[in-house]
Amino acid sequence: MVPISAYLILAAVLFGIGTIGVLITRNVIVIFMSIELMLNAANLALIAFSRGMNVLDGHVFVFLVLTVAAAEAAVGLAMIVLIFRNRETINIDRFSIMKW
Amino acid sequence: MNLDTIVFLVSAVVAVFSATMMISQRNTVASVLYLILSLLAQAVLYIQLSALFLSAVLIIVYAGAIMVLFLFVVMLLNLRGNQDLGDKPSPVSRITKYLVSILLVVELVFIIRGIGFDTGTVGIMTLAADDFGSVAAVARILFTNYLYPFELTGVLLLVAIVGAVVVSKREKSYETPAGSGNMPDDRKKVEI
Repeated sequence: MVPISAYLILAAVLFGIGTIGVLITRNVIVIFMSIELMLNAANLALIAFSRGMNVLDGHVFVFLVLTVAAAEAAVGLAMIVLIFRNRETINIDRFSIMKW
Repeated sequence: MNLDTIVFLVSAVVAVFSATMMISQRNTVASVLYLILSLLAQAVLYIQLSALFLSAVLIIVYAGAIMVLFLFVVMLLNLRGNQDLGDKPSPVSRITKYLVSILLVVELVFIIRGIGFDTGTVGIMTLAADDFGSVAAVARILFTNYLYPFELTGVLLLVAIVGAVVVSKREKSYETPAGSGNMPDDRKKVEI
């Protein structure tokens, strides 16, 4: 049997990769996908804990996180398309139009 | 080494490798496909943790719907490799982001060394019930203990639909009248 800590370590590594992706890439779509990866790493940790403690509550949380991710993807991609129409770029540095 | 460990190691390596490839690709379509591969590897791990329902949901909703949405947007924007990214950022910003990334990696290594590989706080898994993670078991707890959050999810999705439509709708004032003949240029008019 694989211990729960192995899954938690994997979740931490995936979360770290997602964070590094948000930090170093300039492509806004890749940044968005890194956020999805971080959400999935958290989901993996929730499912591992749920299995370790033999309760199903973690599964419900993962279900809700999936819903939030879907909603976030829909709205975020709509915003990316809108800004791309105005700016003709997907460079995150040029997306600072909401700053004041 | 038994079959369980082999399945875990293979899926974990595929998940981490494709996640790394995703953030290091120049081609956005390739990075979307690598993220799908990473999600499939994670779905295998879900099955190993007897989360059968969520594993199916992960493949159908994430790999099937959300990532297709990403692919649609990438193809809609018609990106051509590196040239859409513009000029390089300033050296200060580049050094800072790599420094923070290295700090993060060091921090992760310390955390993993602290946990240890087989002496976790939760430890070895006990045997799960037969219907653990099945559709019926998850639905039972979702529609009893968590009914109120579940209903709120519906409101969230409604808000997301309305938000996406409102954000992506073109403003009336920018529309070219039909028959004026300069349709291809009308995206230039919304420059801010």
